Amino acid sequence: MKRALPINRHHSERIGFTVITLMAVATVLPIVAVVLFILIQGAPAISLEFLTGFPHDGMRAGGILPAIIGTIYLTVGTAIFSVPLGIAAAVYLSEYASDTPLTRTIRIAIINLAGIPSVVYGLFGLGLFVLFLNFGTSILAASLTLSIMTLPVIISTAEESLRSVPQAFRTVSISLGATRWQTIRRIVLKEALPGILTGVILGLERAAGETAPILFTGAAFFLPRLPHSPFDATMALPYHLFVISTQVPEMPIQIQYGTALVLLAFVLTMNLIATVIRSRARAKRQW
Amino acid sequence: MNRFVLLAITILMLVFLTSCGTASSATEAASGSSATYIENKGSDTIVNLALAWAEKYQAEHPEVRISVTGGGSGTGIASLINGTVDIANASRKIKDEEIAEAKANGVDPVEHIIARDAIAVIVNPENPVRQLTLRQISDIYSGKISNWSEVGGEDRPIVRLSRETNSGTHVYFLETVLRLGNKEDKTLFSMDTLLLPSSEGIVAEVRQNPNAIGYDGLGYVPKDLKMIAIAEEENGAYVLPSIPTVNDKTYAIARDLYMYTDGEPTGTVKEYLDWILSEEAQQIVADLGFVPVTPDSSS
Amino acid sequence: MEKSLSWHEFVITRLIKASGYSAIIFVALIFFFLVREGIPTFAEVNLSSLFSIRWYPIEEYYGILPLITGSLVVTIGAALVAVPFGIGTAVYISEIAPRWMREILKPLVELLGGLPSVVLGFLGFLVLAPFLRSFLNLPTGLTALTGSLLLGGIAVPTVVSVAEDALDAVPRAYREGAWALGATRWQTIWRVTFPAARSGVLTAVMLGVGRAIGETMTVMMVTGNAPVLALKLGSLFSPVRTMTATIAAEMGEVASGSTHYHVLFFIGMVLFLISLGVNIAASSVVFRAKKRAERILS
Repeated sequence: MKRALPINRHHSERIGFTVITLMAVATVLPIVAVVLFILIQGAPAISLEFLTGFPHDGMRAGGILPAIIGTIYLTVGTAIFSVPLGIAAAVYLSEYASDTPLTRTIRIAIINLAGIPSVVYGLFGLGLFVLFLNFGTSILAASLTLSIMTLPVIISTAEESLRSVPQAFRTVSISLGATRWQTIRRIVLKEALPGILTGVILGLERAAGETAPILFTGAAFFLPRLPHSPFDATMALPYHLFVISTQVPEMPIQIQYGTALVLLAFVLTMNLIATVIRSRARAKRQW
Repeated sequence: MNRFVLLAITILMLVFLTSCGTASSATEAASGSSATYIENKGSDTIVNLALAWAEKYQAEHPEVRISVTGGGSGTGIASLINGTVDIANASRKIKDEEIAEAKANGVDPVEHIIARDAIAVIVNPENPVRQLTLRQISDIYSGKISNWSEVGGEDRPIVRLSRETNSGTHVYFLETVLRLGNKEDKTLFSMDTLLLPSSEGIVAEVRQNPNAIGYDGLGYVPKDLKMIAIAEEENGAYVLPSIPTVNDKTYAIARDLYMYTDGEPTGTVKEYLDWILSEEAQQIVADLGFVPVTPDSSS
Repeated sequence: MEKSLSWHEFVITRLIKASGYSAIIFVALIFFFLVREGIPTFAEVNLSSLFSIRWYPIEEYYGILPLITGSLVVTIGAALVAVPFGIGTAVYISEIAPRWMREILKPLVELLGGLPSVVLGFLGFLVLAPFLRSFLNLPTGLTALTGSLLLGGIAVPTVVSVAEDALDAVPRAYREGAWALGATRWQTIWRVTFPAARSGVLTAVMLGVGRAIGETMTVMMVTGNAPVLALKLGSLFSPVRTMTATIAAEMGEVASGSTHYHVLFFIGMVLFLISLGVNIAASSVVFRAKKRAERILS
C-alpha cells in the first residue's frame, strides 16, 4: 500500500489538466492569430478593382482577377474528375466489396495516395499529362493531377458517410423489392449526401490551396487574358502569391497580403460551408 | 440541399459567363480576327522586364497576346528545346550541351542580345564594408572567408545568399566571380550558401539580416540596399555598378541578357524582337534598372 | 421495363466496380512513372557519387545525402512539435473539454489543416524567420527550425483528428471501470484510455509525420535551401535543403531526358517509397491492434 505522497493524485490531475489545456490553447491560438493577422494586413488592399481587375504595371497594381478565376477553373476541373470517380469508388467499398485481399489492397492504395507528397504528384502530372499525353502546361493537366491527389480524401469521407447509414434502411428497401442500385441511389446516397458533400468540399479546399502540383502542370506567371480552353495555362491564387512574394521586386506589401487574404477567404469559405453542412445534417439526422 | 446546389451552379454559371464576356470583349474590341499568341518563358532576372515589354507592346498592338513566365534561364531554354515556347529568356549564354540537345530535337537556337545587366553585390545597410575585390568576393562565396572582420567589417558570421542553380544569374556568378573567369577552375559555392528561389528573396533577407551578403541583377536592387564597389584587381579602382560603368566596361561583373528563338524569327515574333531593340523598349530597360543595348554596342 | 432496368443496373454496377479499383491503378501508375523516369539514374550516375555529400547538379554533383538529411532534420523537428501538441490537443478535446468547447475546437483545428502551405510559407518568410533570427541570435532566420515549426503546425491537425478518433473509440466501459476502482480522470486518461488507443495514436503520429515529410512550398520558402549535410544538433538552427524543395525548385529547369531530370524523378521515387513505408507500417500496426482487440473483446 503506497504512502500518501506530498503531491497527491488530485494535485497531479490539476497540474496535468492545466498542462494539457495550455497545449490545446497553444495549438489553437496561432491559427486564430494567423487568420486575424492576414485579415488585418490584407484588408486595406481589398477593393472592387482588386477583385475584378487585371494586374497592371508588372503586377504591382491593379487586381488579381485572373488568379481568382484560374483557381475557380482549377477547382471546378478537379471536381469534375474526382467527385464522380471518388463517390463511385466509395460506393463500391461500402456497398459491394467484401473483405478480400483485393479490397484490403484497395484500402492500402487509398491510404498511400493520401500520403504521397504534393510535389511528387506534380512530377507525376508532368510526366503523364503534360509530356506523355501531350496536354502541355494546361488547366486540363493541372486539374487531372489535382483530382488524383483529392481522390483519397473524397473516397474515405464518402465511404465513412455511406457506412454510417443504418443497415436497416437497406434491408427495408430490398424487402420492398428495390434492386441494389435503386436502394443505393434513392436511399443510401441520399442519406449520406451531407457527409459526402462535406468530404468533397474539404477535398476541393485542399486542391484549391495547393501550389506544388500545379507548378509544372498548369500555372503561369502572367497571362494577358483569361484562359479560353482547358488546354490553356492559367494563373492561380496559390502560385500567384508565391510569385509576387518572391519573384517581383518592389511589390507593394499590401498587394501580397491582399492576395493572401483572398486565398485564405476562398479556402475558409469552403471550410465554413462544409462545417455548416455537416452540423445541419447532424442535427436533422433521424438516426 | 437541392437549393444550395442550384445556387452554387448558378453562381458558377455567372462566373463563367462574365469571364468569357470580359475576355472576348477584350479581343473583340481589338480586332475582328483571332489574336496571335507569343509564349515567352525563362529567366527570372528578365521576367519583370519581359512583362513590362509585353504590357507596353500589347497596349500598342492589341492583336498580339504575349504570355510571360519565369522559372529560370534553364527553364526557358529547356522549354525552347521541348518546343513549348516561342521566345526563351536567358540571363546566361546557352550551354554547349543545351545546343546539342536542341539540335537533337530539331531546334536551332538563335541568340539575340536584348539588354545588359550588372550584377550588384549587396549587403545590409548597416554593414560598414563598402568595397571588396573580386578575389575577396570569390573567397567569401567559396567559403574561404567566413567572418566580416576578415574583410574590414564587424565580427559577424557571413551569411551567403545566392540564386538557385537553375538561375542564369547563378551560373554567371559562378563562372565570372567564383572562378574568376577561369574555365578550368572547379571552385564551387560553399555548401552552406543559401539558395533562395528568387531575386526578391535575396533582397528581403539582405534587407533584414546584417550578416548577409547577396548578389543580384542591378534591376532588382532597391534604393535602400547598399551595393559594394568592386575592384577587379588588387590595386584597381573600386567601381559601383551603373549604366555608364557597364557600358565602358569598368564594372567587373556585367553581362548580356539574351532571348533565344528557334531559328531566325519571322512574323509577329520578329516584329516583337525588332521592337525590343528599339529606343522605346530600351528606355523601359533603363527605367527598370538594367542597361540598354545601344546600336553600336549590340552584336 | 425490367430488362432495361437490369441492363442499366448492370452497367452502373460495372462502372462502380471499376471505380473501386481505380485507386490501385493510380498508385501503380504513379509508381510506374516515377520508376520509369527515375531508374535511368542508376545507369547515368554511379552509386558512390549518388551518395556523396555534395548536391550541385549543374556541375554533375548528384549527392543526395544532404537532401535526405535535410528532409530528416525538418521532419524530426516537426514531429517534436506536432506530437506533443497534437496528442495533447487530442486528449483535451476528447477527454477534458466540455461539449460546447469541443464543437468550437474541432472545426478550428480542421481549419488549420486547410490553410494553404504557401500562405504559411509566406508568413514564415516575412514574420517568423526574422523573429527567430533576432530572438535566437542566429546568423539567419531561414533554418530547419523555422521549417519545423511551420510543418509541425501543418501536421498537428492530422495528428489531432486521427488521435482524437482513436481516443473516442475507446469503449466507455474502460473508463467507467477505472473510475469505479477509484482512479482520477487524469490517471484514467494516461493509464487506461491512452494505452487502449495506443495503436490509433501511433497511426496518427505516423500520418502526421508523413504529411511533414511531404510538405513542399513552406520548406522551400523558409529553410534557406542550402544543401548542407545536416547531422549535428546545431543543424536544426542552420539552413537545410529538403528533397521536396529540391524537386520543386529544380524541376522547371531540366530538359526532359537529361541526367538531372532522371535524378529528380529518382528523388521523387525515394519520397514515394518513404511515404509507402510509413503508411504500410501504420496500417500494419492498426491491423495487428484490431486483431488483438477482437481477441480481447470476443
